[in-house]
Amino acid sequence: MSDEATASPITGVFTLNPRMIEVRDFSFWYGAKQAIFNVAMNIPERKVTAFIGPSGCGKSTLLRNLNRMNDLIDGVRHEGDILLDGQSLYDPSVEVISLRKRVGMVFQKSNPFPKSIYENVVFSLRVAGRNKRSELDEVVETSLRHVALWDEVKDRLHESAYGLSGGQMQRLCIARAIANRPQILLMDEPCSALDPIATLKIEELMSQLKEEYTIVIVTHNMQQARRIADDTAYFLLGKLIEHAPTSDIFTNPQRIETERYISGQMG
Amino acid sequence: MAPLFKSKPTPPHGEPFVWLGAMGLAVGVIMVAGLFILILSNGLSVFWPARVVEFKLKDGSIVAGEIVREQVQAGGAKELQIHTGNKDVYGLAYRFVAETDIVSRSEPPGYLMVGRIEYGNAILQPVSLVLGDGTTVKADATTFDDRLQSLVKEAAARRRQIEKVEKVEIGAINRKMTASDVELRALERDSKLDAEHREKRKLAIKNSTATLQKEYETLAAQARDLRAAQNRDFLNYRLATGEERKESAGNLMMFYHPNSLGFFGRVEIFFSRIWEFLTEQPREANTEGGIFPAIFGTFVMTLMMCVLVTPFGVIAAIYLREYAKQGLIVRAVRISVNNLAGVPSIVFGVFGLGFFVYTLGAAVDQQLFSDALPTPTFGTGGIFWASLTLALLTLPVIIVATEEALVAVPRGIREAALAAGASKWQTIQRVVLPSATPGILTGVVLAMARGAGEVAPLMLVGVVKLAPSLPLDTVAPFFHLDRKFMHLGFHIYDLGFQSPDSDAAKPMVFATALLLILLVIVMNLAAILLRNRLRKRYAIGTF
Repeated sequence: MSDEATASPITGVFTLNPRMIEVRDFSFWYGAKQAIFNVAMNIPERKVTAFIGPSGCGKSTLLRNLNRMNDLIDGVRHEGDILLDGQSLYDPSVEVISLRKRVGMVFQKSNPFPKSIYENVVFSLRVAGRNKRSELDEVVETSLRHVALWDEVKDRLHESAYGLSGGQMQRLCIARAIANRPQILLMDEPCSALDPIATLKIEELMSQLKEEYTIVIVTHNMQQARRIADDTAYFLLGKLIEHAPTSDIFTNPQRIETERYISGQMG
Repeated sequence: MAPLFKSKPTPPHGEPFVWLGAMGLAVGVIMVAGLFILILSNGLSVFWPARVVEFKLKDGSIVAGEIVREQVQAGGAKELQIHTGNKDVYGLAYRFVAETDIVSRSEPPGYLMVGRIEYGNAILQPVSLVLGDGTTVKADATTFDDRLQSLVKEAAARRRQIEKVEKVEIGAINRKMTASDVELRALERDSKLDAEHREKRKLAIKNSTATLQKEYETLAAQARDLRAAQNRDFLNYRLATGEERKESAGNLMMFYHPNSLGFFGRVEIFFSRIWEFLTEQPREANTEGGIFPAIFGTFVMTLMMCVLVTPFGVIAAIYLREYAKQGLIVRAVRISVNNLAGVPSIVFGVFGLGFFVYTLGAAVDQQLFSDALPTPTFGTGGIFWASLTLALLTLPVIIVATEEALVAVPRGIREAALAAGASKWQTIQRVVLPSATPGILTGVVLAMARGAGEVAPLMLVGVVKLAPSLPLDTVAPFFHLDRKFMHLGFHIYDLGFQSPDSDAAKPMVFATALLLILLVIVMNLAAILLRNRLRKRYAIGTF
């Protein structure tokens, strides 16, 4: 690790990579419509980075590019590059499936599979061909404990996931996303459909998860960004306006657009 | 203060259309219920044992029989349709009597209704039983009914024995004979064999054929003796016309006293007749006996059709919806598939005959059954070709239903599966298809309902009026895909429009129609129950 201008925080024996994800001059189009304009930013390892901004500002689009989910849409194209640990996501040698194994994702609307709770959690292992019963059992328990769901569902692991409440379902989806231990966890407004108590639980969860995972979260809720994010990036109309430590953004924004947004004068 | 509401609120716009919709539904429901009640009442009344009425007519003759119905003729005169039975004497089992011709009617208790193997029912007054050992039992003797009952039972036991000897034992010998015949012919054709070896084989086959022939002769003698025993005892009887006749006991199946039977006795006969109808082979050009082969044939064919059409349809729909690039070509394909559902079914029948039977079947015969040629095995209509033809006919239904079901799978769970590192096929196989299964099963239900009721194409590709054996039995290889079969829909057509005595067949037509409807309902219910169970499991979660 070379010496960088930004101070590298040291926890234990590791040096954390301040440029875990490196977005280089990235632009993105849906057909003829450009959604992202020349965004450049670094996302540090094992921190929570929040993307905020009004609807349609490109924050979800950028997030979905981090695991190439946008590939599924017809007629998209991009310029620039995104690097994960120094390796380009768009390199022809990159296999999308293995990329998605390193970058887990949690969606806005909880979307458990029409399967049992158990099968939901181990899905990513099964599709990777890992079917050893003892391993799966262990993964189910650790993943569900991680999202504080184990005690609530341990007696009905083999019942349908659709019997859970909204907050439980979303935590199950997080458990599913971390089951095969990705390095990065992308969260696309994970709490927007939840009540405040369920939201609080998931926020607590995120502050625990960042010990092990790099988290990128898109949120509409500025209080939430303030509570959980280490860094915050503000987007407007497809452009990155400001990217700074959360406390700086909320107390001392450098740009007038940012200030107007966080003070509720727009968006 | 102004009143909050007008005293008489105007109805909201569109109210009449609600009523119109409700009326449309009501008409539909009434039609379905009416049709079902008509079929149910006509179909079930066939089995109810009615009373026998004796009519004295103006010309002095006497007619006895069950009243089937009354009808008003063009001139306003009333007419009775009477089931007189005794087809062997009267020629027809039904006759019409004008009400003005009737002098008197009575219900004398002496009449006996007798079910016979040949010539249908007889309505008669018993005179005496003449047994093989020379003894005679008069009809007024107290033991008459018991003796007759035991004769009927003995006759039934002998019938079963004859059937066992003729169908099972002689049938096995016949199969062996045919096999050695085929082998002999194959030997003749095999030019690689040297002459000495060939003669040796021929001799061995000839010897085994001779043994078989001997076995056959003993069995045939056995059958002859049994048949002779069927004609040993006689029932002497008198018809309403006064004519005296006799009937050999071997021809009797059952009897009852229609005018002295209590309610529970009638119920018992009602159910035993239904049972006979469901389990027996047809007799008397299908107008008597049961329709078991037709039920079984319909069931096996429909099931086979589902097994053939579902995988093909589902795979085609998956490709169309998930893999093919959505564009002009896919749209054209989709429109063509939808239009395929509108092609008249007889066209499918012709295609099945031309392609499956004459082309594919002939090729299969050339390759696998060339020893049996020129007798075709698969080169003629059979249950497999019929199922395949109907599978083609119902393919659009499955494809359309599956496509709809695939579209309805929420985008969220597809994305979740892909984000978890699943490949496209894994996503489809593990997440999309299970969610779509209830919708696919709906398509199967529709296909089944359409396929089971189809008659026209089947007439060309394998349905027959009377099939000697079932497509599924205990003789290896158990599934006889090449066999012709009977079908309830065709049975209805055959009874109603191809039978010499259409009055005699009419009740059977209703009963068969009822059974076809019940069979379709039962099969659909099974699929619907399965779907509901899956739906519970795969219900889409909501907040």
